[in-house]
Amino acid sequence: MSGQIEIIDIMNGIPHGVALIDKQLRIFSMNRILEVMTGYSTQAVQGIECNYVLRTDRDEWLNKALNNGGETLICEGSVIDANRKRVSVRITASPLKGREGLDESLLLVIEDISMLKEMDIKLQGSPEKKALLGNSPKLQEIIELLPVFAYTDATLLITGETGTGKDLLAEAIHRSSKRSKYPFIKVNCGAIPETLLESELFGHVRGAFTGANSDKPGMFRLAQGGTLFLTEVGDLPLKLQVKLLTVLDDKEFYPLGSSKKTKADIRLITGTHRDLKQLLDEGKFREDLYYRLNVLRAHMPSLRERGDDVLLLMNHFLKEFNNNLGKRIKGFASSAIDYLLRYEYPGNVRELRNIIEHAVNICQGNIIQMAHLPAYILSAGNSNSGKDKKSGGQLSETKEEPTVFSASKREFVSWPEIEKGRILETMMATGGNRSEAALKLGWSRSTLWRKIKHYGLE
Amino acid sequence: MKILVTLTADQIAPRFDLCTEVLIAQFNDDRTGPEPRTVLLPGPSADELCSLILKEGIDIVVCGGIEDSFFQYLIWKKVRVIDRVIGPSAKALQLALEEGLRAGAVI
Repeated sequence: MSGQIEIIDIMNGIPHGVALIDKQLRIFSMNRILEVMTGYSTQAVQGIECNYVLRTDRDEWLNKALNNGGETLICEGSVIDANRKRVSVRITASPLKGREGLDESLLLVIEDISMLKEMDIKLQGSPEKKALLGNSPKLQEIIELLPVFAYTDATLLITGETGTGKDLLAEAIHRSSKRSKYPFIKVNCGAIPETLLESELFGHVRGAFTGANSDKPGMFRLAQGGTLFLTEVGDLPLKLQVKLLTVLDDKEFYPLGSSKKTKADIRLITGTHRDLKQLLDEGKFREDLYYRLNVLRAHMPSLRERGDDVLLLMNHFLKEFNNNLGKRIKGFASSAIDYLLRYEYPGNVRELRNIIEHAVNICQGNIIQMAHLPAYILSAGNSNSGKDKKSGGQLSETKEEPTVFSASKREFVSWPEIEKGRILETMMATGGNRSEAALKLGWSRSTLWRKIKHYGLE
Repeated sequence: MKILVTLTADQIAPRFDLCTEVLIAQFNDDRTGPEPRTVLLPGPSADELCSLILKEGIDIVVCGGIEDSFFQYLIWKKVRVIDRVIGPSAKALQLALEEGLRAGAVI
């Protein structure tokens, strides 16, 4: 049995397309699977440059693979198969050396990964589902910067109110980065008790403390090669801030109870809805860590700053929940649109999503009406009007002052309610300064204090 | 008859969607005609290339790999597509004119 036949037999035993190519990138041999994929027999294409046969979009990469100093290279791309189908493939190029007649040749393994790609989309959600939706200039600024954030390994601090999509941005950056093949791990520093947080982040070895019955890798080790997103980093205890700073500087750390250092090859992204500068002033956040985390900075705009994105997101969430719940709701009544466009959304996009989910669940017809919106947003205290936005192509006629109670003034029926409203409006106008508010209202400071207490406005 | 061949140097481009250069030749009934011309495309785009093919009134397209959606579109527009062809463009042009070129040919 000749050496060549043995190679062909080995190649045919591999359940992927396999090609043996020479140093001029010409086809020497192909296995049966690759013959079927390309639609050519080995005899027909022997001696022809492989890219004409494989029809990949990575022809330049093949040159690089040939001159890579004997290292195996892997890349993903696509080929057009014999059935004119674009197939996603993973190509592994392994240089072969020292064999007679095959010096400096390459073994290409072409693996069809189209099913994996489809599953990936199903598991992670389609790219459009995960994308940051919106056309507002403030969001577009962030979207334009996303490739810049993804390209680098520098630490990034994402600020913004709760529900604005800090997590989504962090994940989008990870998925666009070179670390996307590795894990994206999210840790909410505010949700884990302080005593457990160190072990959660850095792991521990068996016997490190009472109850540590086995080794625990910790999030830093689990995110190895990928991205670690520390959300609510403003809630990180001072003791752990020091350790985090050390990890960022040394790129290694000691797990709890271990005397052996562990390498930390991660990209760190942090997020917070708190004002870290203020925490610095209060001595609750370390200045050195603040500057270490704040190398790159992105601020997610609140929904109030995003103008007509509200309408876009309403329709997006309606489509999503229609699909999830198997409903066929066509849209919103103009009154509901008007109301939702005027609402202030203290909980931002998350709140809007919840409102639409509530409405889609409640609505039994084809159109979401006012009655299908959650009761809490219809109540006087929350119907936060004043924004003069377009509604179904028409400008709203209401032109109230942008204050908390102005939209619902006509709903006040008793003096106590009017008085309560006046106090809140004045307090808003004076930025919470009680002395100034009392002066404006013509009351003494104690009267104001008494009324605030009486109405439960503290 | 007007024939378009997708180009990479003097060879048929392996991918229709990644091609940035085409050869267009026009022939009279006696198989004579002006010198074929090379057209550089602004960038690789299967959609743009389909538009060019229709705008130029091409009868036959000779190319390497082409996705089925573009293949079916051109067929629907009464353009004959000979795909998965490997070899030099000049020879492919000659064979296409003589009606001796088939899909999947290695020339």
